[in-house]
Amino acid sequence: MAKNEIKYLTAIKADKRVKKFCRFKKYGMRYIDYKDVEFLKKFLNEQGKLLPRRLSGNSLKYQRKVSDAVKKARQMALLPYVTDLLK
Amino acid sequence: MNNYELMVIFTPVLSDDDFKAEQKKYATLVKDNGGSIVAENAWGLKSLAYPIQKKTTGLYWVLEYAAESDFNEKLKIQMLRDEAVLRHLCTKLDKYAVEYNARKKSGVKSHTEKAVEA
Repeated sequence: MAKNEIKYLTAIKADKRVKKFCRFKKYGMRYIDYKDVEFLKKFLNEQGKLLPRRLSGNSLKYQRKVSDAVKKARQMALLPYVTDLLK
Repeated sequence: MNNYELMVIFTPVLSDDDFKAEQKKYATLVKDNGGSIVAENAWGLKSLAYPIQKKTTGLYWVLEYAAESDFNEKLKIQMLRDEAVLRHLCTKLDKYAVEYNARKKSGVKSHTEKAVEA
């Protein structure tokens, strides 16, 4: 097998990007509670804005549910509409 | 009959007795209109994320109930007329939400908590 060993002068990029996944699908969560503020904060940035699907990895179905839950939490003053340094 | 969840923010100026009286008022209102109460949870005084009517704190109360769908309109009128209510939110619970709440009440770890650990 020594023949197949190829030596590179510069190390090749081996860090394969980990595929993002929808945590709701993976863990089988069917309901997103608007009262659970600490959980919802995972989907917000520093200013309290909702993170895009591109970053959170949510499927469309659950991204919508997350956004609904966040909006409810904002209405009930559990989360701020605008802020700095949320976390 | 549908399952609903009502969250109310009362003014922080209410005394403990007044707060209890308000809770009882709405609980009986649900019962009088043919509904039944599933769960009741008074969070008590909590700071608001932003001021509402120049108040920075509020008394939170969560009520889970089952009622006919035409009852909510009546409830809404009562809520809006009540001076002590800063804000209210009524949510319809689907079967997954009912399951989630039941699991949370029984003390078993919810899916959310599991995922937080993971």
